[in-house]
Amino acid sequence: MPAERGASRSLATEMKAGLDAPICLTWEMTYGCNLACVHCLSSSGRRDPAELTTAEARAVIDELARIQVFYVNIGGGEPTIRPDFFSLVEYAVGHGVGVKFSTNGTRITPDRARYLAGLDYVDVQISIDGATAATNDLIRGDGSYAAARQAMDHLAAAGFGAFKISVVVTRHNVAELDGLESLAAAYGAQLRLTRLRPSGRGADSWAYLHPTAEQQRRLYRWLLERPHVLTGDSFFHLSALGEALPGLNLCGAGRVVCLIDPVGDVYACPFVLHPEFRAGSVRDPGGFGRIWRESELFTGLRSPTSAGACSTCGSFDACQGGCMAAKFFTGIPLDGPDPECVFGHGELALAGVAPGSAPAPGPGHSRPSPVSVRLGRRA
Amino acid sequence: MPARTDEARGTFELANAYQLDDRVAIRPEPFGALAYHYGNRRLVFLRAPELVELVRILADHPSAEAAMAAAGIPDRRRAAFGRALASLEAAEVIRAR
Repeated sequence: MPAERGASRSLATEMKAGLDAPICLTWEMTYGCNLACVHCLSSSGRRDPAELTTAEARAVIDELARIQVFYVNIGGGEPTIRPDFFSLVEYAVGHGVGVKFSTNGTRITPDRARYLAGLDYVDVQISIDGATAATNDLIRGDGSYAAARQAMDHLAAAGFGAFKISVVVTRHNVAELDGLESLAAAYGAQLRLTRLRPSGRGADSWAYLHPTAEQQRRLYRWLLERPHVLTGDSFFHLSALGEALPGLNLCGAGRVVCLIDPVGDVYACPFVLHPEFRAGSVRDPGGFGRIWRESELFTGLRSPTSAGACSTCGSFDACQGGCMAAKFFTGIPLDGPDPECVFGHGELALAGVAPGSAPAPGPGHSRPSPVSVRLGRRA
Repeated sequence: MPARTDEARGTFELANAYQLDDRVAIRPEPFGALAYHYGNRRLVFLRAPELVELVRILADHPSAEAAMAAAGIPDRRRAAFGRALASLEAAEVIRAR
């Protein structure tokens, strides 16, 4: 049958060979952020002087519309810090490119919430990393939980509808999953859980924040019982535990996913900000479309890969060797096991990584010292 | 757009006339096409080039069956394409007209 199921080539096989344009494009619009989360995948803090101008950002949107990227996931940094942020959102939506943006909520005032409620094709995703201020603020900074909850209150009061609550699963918040589910239900919001990667500042915090093996098994069962919880396909390494989680269950980097960073550099996914995974710049001749279609990096990622060290494991088809970014930034070879391999192969591989040999994260924009949300933004 | 009722679902008939929903965009892909619905924000995979062509020309024909004939879909495959169209109607990619 031609639609969706039963064709001779599986959908996952089609996806591995790549699409004519990404399905899931993340666009980080600024490295500026008024928080300093310890796991920030992009080491955000200070704006970069080379960030795309308004005109350049509009040109990117024009191109995305032309190649029919139906929606973009906008993040940062804190994207609302860009003075032209909301005008760019309107420009995108007006050109048929829907927007979901991630925010820490600190700048979602009652007025902005009402404004957002009036826009079509805009989704808002508020980040928290725990169901309690104590758990959340350890990761995201003092006052960040209260600020996020206030933004949720404003969106609810404005009648925005089902916004998303996005949580990075850590060792400390696994115990609060039920609480997070209740919180989302109370707001009529959708809960989204994603995997902690050792990217950006996460390289320094991953070792003590990533869930334990037992917590991963609990998370897997919890997710299996809740197919309505969104995951961005990010826990496919857990599918080796048995029944596959909903989703494509493959690494989408360069195949269905990619990242445009604030200065216009295009990377294979949001978690690999490193020169090795930089495919080009939207400022290059041919722009984004040419990078997506022709870059050596992306075409390489679409070619068949070897199972490498995992070839003797009966679960390779289920987990696909796991997350490229997680391997890369922990110093494990890309054809080695995921550092959080559910069978413990990752722990063995990690033990074999020479101290200090893991690649350093790419462009960093951290502030010199951690900031508190109450202190506001440095000039 | 008039609101769809539950009764409107599961009513696909080969003899009825259909069209692509106004809120759906189609993007060609090597395997067929992606259909994106701006209203319900669902992405649907159209996994056969003939299905893509069929969906595109539905509006030009008095019935789904006539559109299949025009698209050159052989008799033995029409039941399968009928099921595909029924699932596309349920996903609001196409609608009765």
